[in-house]
Parts: sequence; structure tokens; C-alpha cells
Amino acid sequence: MAGTSAPSVAPTVGTLLPLIGKSDTKPTWCPGCGDFGVVAAVEMALKRLKIPSHQVVLVSGIGCSSNLPHFLSSYGFHSIHGRSLPVAEGIRWANHTLTVIATGGDGDGFGIGAGHFIHTMRRNVDMTYVTMDNQIYGLTTGQASPTSMMGQKTKSTPAGVIENPIDPISLALAAGATYIARAFSGDVKQMADLVAGGIQHKGFAFIDAMSPCVTYNKINTFDWFRQRVYKLENSGHDPTDIVQAWQRSLEWGDKVPTGLFYKADKPTYEDLEEVLTAGPLANQPAGLKGRESLLDEFI
Amino acid sequence: MGEISVRAGGAAGDGIASVGETLAHSLSRMGLHVFGHNAYQSVIRGGHVWFQARASTAPTHSQGDACDILYALNKETADVHLPSLSRGGTVVFDPEKFDIPASQLPAGTKALPVKTLEIARKFTSQSILQNAGGLGATAFLAGIPLDVLQASLADSFGKKKGDVVDWNLGASADGYAFAQANSAANDHAVAKAGEPKLLMTGNAAIALGAAAAGCKFLAQYPMTPASSIMHWMAAHSRDIGVVVKQAEDELAAINMAIGASYGGVRSMTATSGGGFALMVEALGMAGMAEIPLVVVESQRSGPSTGLPTKTEQGDLNMMLGAGQGEFPRAILAPANAVEAYRAAIRAFQVAEEWQTPVLLASDLHLSENYMTVDRSEIDLNVEIPSLFSVQPNGHDYKRYQYTPSGVSPRSLPGQVGLQWIAGSDEHDEKGHLISDVKSGIPVWVAERTKMMQKRMGKLAGIGRSTEPPRLEGPADAPLTFVAWGSTVGAIRDAMVTLAAKNVATNLLQIRTVFPLHVDVLEAAIDRAKTTLLVEANYSGQLGRLIRAETGRHLTNRLLKYDGEPFYPYEVVGKALEVLGHGRN
Repeated sequence: MAGTSAPSVAPTVGTLLPLIGKSDTKPTWCPGCGDFGVVAAVEMALKRLKIPSHQVVLVSGIGCSSNLPHFLSSYGFHSIHGRSLPVAEGIRWANHTLTVIATGGDGDGFGIGAGHFIHTMRRNVDMTYVTMDNQIYGLTTGQASPTSMMGQKTKSTPAGVIENPIDPISLALAAGATYIARAFSGDVKQMADLVAGGIQHKGFAFIDAMSPCVTYNKINTFDWFRQRVYKLENSGHDPTDIVQAWQRSLEWGDKVPTGLFYKADKPTYEDLEEVLTAGPLANQPAGLKGRESLLDEFI
Repeated sequence: MGEISVRAGGAAGDGIASVGETLAHSLSRMGLHVFGHNAYQSVIRGGHVWFQARASTAPTHSQGDACDILYALNKETADVHLPSLSRGGTVVFDPEKFDIPASQLPAGTKALPVKTLEIARKFTSQSILQNAGGLGATAFLAGIPLDVLQASLADSFGKKKGDVVDWNLGASADGYAFAQANSAANDHAVAKAGEPKLLMTGNAAIALGAAAAGCKFLAQYPMTPASSIMHWMAAHSRDIGVVVKQAEDELAAINMAIGASYGGVRSMTATSGGGFALMVEALGMAGMAEIPLVVVESQRSGPSTGLPTKTEQGDLNMMLGAGQGEFPRAILAPANAVEAYRAAIRAFQVAEEWQTPVLLASDLHLSENYMTVDRSEIDLNVEIPSLFSVQPNGHDYKRYQYTPSGVSPRSLPGQVGLQWIAGSDEHDEKGHLISDVKSGIPVWVAERTKMMQKRMGKLAGIGRSTEPPRLEGPADAPLTFVAWGSTVGAIRDAMVTLAAKNVATNLLQIRTVFPLHVDVLEAAIDRAKTTLLVEANYSGQLGRLIRAETGRHLTNRLLKYDGEPFYPYEVVGKALEVLGHGRN
């Protein structure tokens, strides 16, 4: 605990402040769940970047994976199904000195929240979004998700899925995200690198973390991924080349690329919102005291 | 008492709103009370639109009933509105466009043909300039001095200068001179009555009040009739330091506002019924996570898309019940621009004090019509307390700590050592969720009960922080109107008319629809000799709420759901009927 200094929402400089750690709430995920790898990677990334826990806000929606904010010691907002991104945007714009990371599942982000996913990317809000993509609805006990593969039999699709899955990577490319990566819970070190890179990236960073559901998805298992994943950084991929990124994004099947698909430097929403150039909104003066001239327009 | 009503009508795209706003501004600058009613349709071109500016030396609470001067830009306007032209009134029209046969003129009225297109052609080939000549003639008839009209007209172009402004000033002067040479002013023509008044729409008043209360973030999706709240705030965004975000939908708008509030700024969203329907789930989250939030719900005629440009008070049931489960809320219901300004300030204060969502109920009639306000009625010097309600103390911080009031200390992200998780799930005092592995376990069942009681307990305090019903008019009057929101305007005007007929009435205005101040309400209803409930909806939604909360059944009702605002004459007629006077 830091002392009793006057509260400020501005960053505290030159003080040793607690880094992020585990909270006193234990994860309730099934033993072996891919999400354990994701929470570990997020914690590792934040520790490596030495961002104090009070400067971090983890925002989630609803679903197994959206419980994640409860398990770390930062600020958090466990919101409603599909709405993590607009909540996270509001937090960023209220105080853009905060490190804002949204986390959640594939149903949350690509199903009920798909509209926000696209619009947050096109705005290039400076935040990080980690989806724990298990290609199934887990907490509701095993229905098809937007990323379930064609033909997969689930409780809601006993004859097999008959619609094409969303490809989050190419969707992110089309929508204008400026940092796009795929990670795999079987490689926490790589995932932590990608999350750390996303946090450091100035702009919207999207990391689709393949996080197998050991209970309800018997197809896309840890083994399924281990047999298919290969690392983009070892295969001559240039993440600054959007054409190469598009080509790699189409690979899904015998081979599943992981790593950084695409990265670009573009102005962020916060850069372009003029009101925020005066500093964090939460620290700006509020109200209209002494602004009587504003009434002149009504005469 | 000097009073005049001026009406201008035409097709959408004819510039009727500009003509009406210029007239209304001219009259308010003369120090008169003005009500400006902008009636339009959900079309951008064509159709029929009209604007009525009613001005008086006495307060004007509604658009009134008839008009004294009618400026008809097309034949449809003459056909629709001539029956409303009062005795002694004049219709202004251009004989080059259409004719008004003498047989169409109501008894005691006259027509003033003004060659507005011919006047316009002196300056330009653009036919839109015809309005300026018609405006000039209309202004003369109403008693507006030419210099006052021209100043308002020039100001309506903002910073624009050059030919277009000069042409408008020239054509308006020509129209004015023509009318002066060929007609007397109307018998009701007004004169300067005092210092200029402010003229603002309900939505401008709401936006101004929000900013004065410290709002720093507005997220909104366009929807009539709430959009102009966003327009006002966006136009002033950089000047007053408010971030305005047009969201991708209403789901995003309310969730962004909730996020911004959690992040440490006072936040608001605004919408109409359809958008509010989409916001309902997030409203409950603000209640559950105890996040201060102001939501403006400007009602229009429903159900579904309904009549997008017409008014109604049909969303009260939805506002009362919005959200699964139960959480504390307040619903404030201002009736005019001054009340809307103050209600916006109060909404922020109540939301912040009680850490819960507050709804500001408006409707198209209040949101989009113009009303005068005295400068002294708008106090911008609002005390804005710090949002930091808790200091780091080195002990375990409990965001949802049980307190007698139900309000717990709130920290903001960025404060050291006071981290907490805002949750839409049920949680304990520290914000830890008790919705999964703890649910159903006896100790946590008890915890859930306590947490519900903590949240719902805030309602008592919210009642103390909000305005109780107010009785205006003679206490012993034989008839008590009961109403909420903008409907109150037509009632106030009707009360003046009734008083002139020696029929005393009073008005019980429900300023806070929820929580109802039951004790005050019961006493007022029990004191009333006869009541008349007036609401702009089919089923009498306020009446139903009052019956549920007080057991008092208000059986005399004037309900209207045609999309049009109440007219004072309708209220007068119903009041006389209820009192057994018959219509005179």
C-alpha cells in the first residue's frame, strides 16, 4: 500500500508502487482451461512493462473468460455480455493515462459484441483487446460460437454448424486495427510477448488468443493446435506489409500461424480528439462557472 | 396584456424553421415571452411543415390555439391553417404562386398578397429568397420593428457575410415596406416590453444544464428528438471541454458513458424511446455496479418507430421498469426550458450522490420547441464537488461497504491502493462476485440479501434529493389538474383562460415521477375537490403509477395520443366538462 498522499488520477512518478499480481480470488475455470495461460500472459506482460497495478484497468464482458479481471490486482470492470469494448473506450477517454485492456471470449467479442469490435478498431483507440477464443460457448454449456468451424456438432447444432466462421484476424485487418496478432494458450511466453507488444503499441492492439475449452470443444483442443501452429516471426513474415498480412490471415487448417500479423503507426482516437490534448479528461476543470458569455447565443 | 401568434407554413426545404426562428428571436429580443412551436414531418423535402411563434407580455407556456397572422408559402398551408386564423387576422401569401379566394377566408380575416418572388428576383434568381419578403411583411403585421427583425435575420446567418445576407436584408425591408404601405398592423401587434430574453429549446437547456453540472462526456446515437442535445454539445465541445462521442449504436453510447463515469468523469447519454430500449440492459449494470449516470429519454410517439417527429408521453412505463431485476433510479420530469436546465443539474447531483442512474424524461414537445427564459433564471455557477470520495488509508478498501445511507466510498482508477472490480454480477462489499461458486451457500445467500437492501435503501435518500409534487394555483380551487412533463405547459395556459372565465383551478405537477413522494401526493390528492389527469398517452401511465403507489384512482382523464401537443382549448373544454359547466 502506498501512503496517504493526496489522491490524483494522474500517473504517480518516481514512487515505487505495487505491480500487478494475483488477487485473492482464485480462478473458477475448469482444470486445464486455456484461460489460465491467458491470465498468466497478461500478468507477465504487465509485470515486464512495470506498469503499477493502480494504473491498469481490465475490462471484460460476460462468459467464462470474462471473469479474468477478478483474478488480478488491478482496477477492473466486469461488464455485460458483448459490451466490454465501449466500456473500455469510455474509461480510456475519461483518463487516457490508464492502461486499458479488454478481455473476453469469442461469443462476447465476435457474436453479441461484433459491432463494437469493428468500430473500436476503426477508431484506433489506444488500448489492448485480448480475446480468449475457444470456438465454443462454455459458460452456457456448449453451443456453437461465431468461430466454431463448419460442421462442428454442438448442443445447438446437433447436425453440425452450417455457417462459415468469422475470421477475427482478417476482420481486424479490414476494420483498421493497427496491431493484430494470434496467440495460443499452449505458448504462454509468446502470448506474453504479444500482449506486452500490444500494450506498448500506440493504437488498437488486438490479440486473438486461441484458448482451448477442455470441456465443450472436443475438436479444437490443445493437441489440435500443437499439430498446426507455426510462428510468423520464424517464417519470414513482414508485419508491416498488409498484403502479406492478408495472405497469412487466410491460413487456417493444416497450418495455423501465430504471432504478429500486422502493425502500423497511425494517429489514435485520443490523438485526434482535441479536448483530450489538454490532458486527461478526469483532471480537467468541469462546469461553466464564469462562462456567462455562453448565454449570448440564445438572445 | 399584449399577445400575438404568428404562424408560417410550407413544404419541408422551404426554410420554414428559419422564418419561424427569426420571428421568435425578434419577439424574444423585444422582451416578450415567446413559445415557438416547430411542427415538422419525417421528410427532408416536401410534405407540410409549420412554425408558430406565440409572444406575450405575460408568460407563454404553450403554442396557444389560434394564429393572428398566417404566412402561407403554399396552398396547402392556406388550406390547413386558415381555419385557425383568428378574427382580425391576416394571411400573407404570394399571388404569383397561388390564389386565396375570398370565400376561403374565415369571417373577419383578410388576405395580404405580397409579391415575394418578384421582390426576390430583384436580388437573385434563387427562389428561396422569397421567404425574406414574406418574413418582412409578416413582421410588420406583428409589430416587430424592422431593425429588430433585420438584426435577428443577420444573426441567423452566423458569421456568414456577403451577398446572401445583403439580399435577405434587402428583400425583408421591401416586404416590410410593402405591408406598411398596404395594410395596417394587426390589432394584437406587440411592442417592445423589456430587456431581451433568452430563447432556447428544451434540448439546449438540457445540454447547457449538463455542462454546468460538470458533465465532461456525452455519448449518443442520433435519434429524433434527442439529437440536438448532441448537436449543441458538439458545437461547444472544444470551448467547454466536453468530449462528445457519436457512438455506433445506443448500446455503445450508454456503455461508453458508464465506462467514462467509472473512469472519473461525469457522463451522460441521450436518446428517444427506441434507443432507450436498447440501453436497458446497461442501465441495470449502472444500477448494479453503482455507477453514476444520466440518461435523457426524449419521448416521441410510439410504439416502435411510431411517429418520429411527433410528441407523446408513452414511455413512462418503460422508464419505470427498464432493466431486469430491481435497482434504485430516479426519473425527473421537467416541463419547460428553465425546469429542464435545472433538472439536468439535479440529475447529475442525484446520480453522483446516490451512485445510480438518473433518467431525465423529456419529450419532443419540450426538447425541440423554443421557450423564453430570463437570464437571471440560468445560474451557471453550480458547485461541483470533487469526485474523490475516499482517501487511501492502507486498510482493505471496500467499494461496496455497507453504510446507513447505502452509499459507499468510491475510488477512481489511477488512485493508488484502492483497486476494485466494478461488476454486473452480484458481489460482496469488496466487489468480489458471489454469483458463481458462492451462490446458494447460506452465508452468501444472506450476503446477497444485504447487498440488495443496501442498494435499494438508497431510494429513501433519492426521494429526499428530488423535488416533490408542487401545487400551483389557488389551494381551494374546485378542480386540480394532475400532470407531468411538457403537458404542464398547455395546462398553465388553460388555467389563465379558465381564470378569466372565473373558473379557479390549480395544478399538481409531478416533478419527480420516480420515486413518487407518496405522502405529499396523497395529501394533495385528498385535498383536491375534483382531479383531472392530463397525459399524452393512451392508458394514463402516470395515473396507473399513482393508483399503484397511493391507492388513489384519478378517474377524470384527458388523454391524447395523436402525436400533437395539447392545445390549451382542449384542456379548457375538458375542465369545464368535468366541472359541469359545459363548453361555452
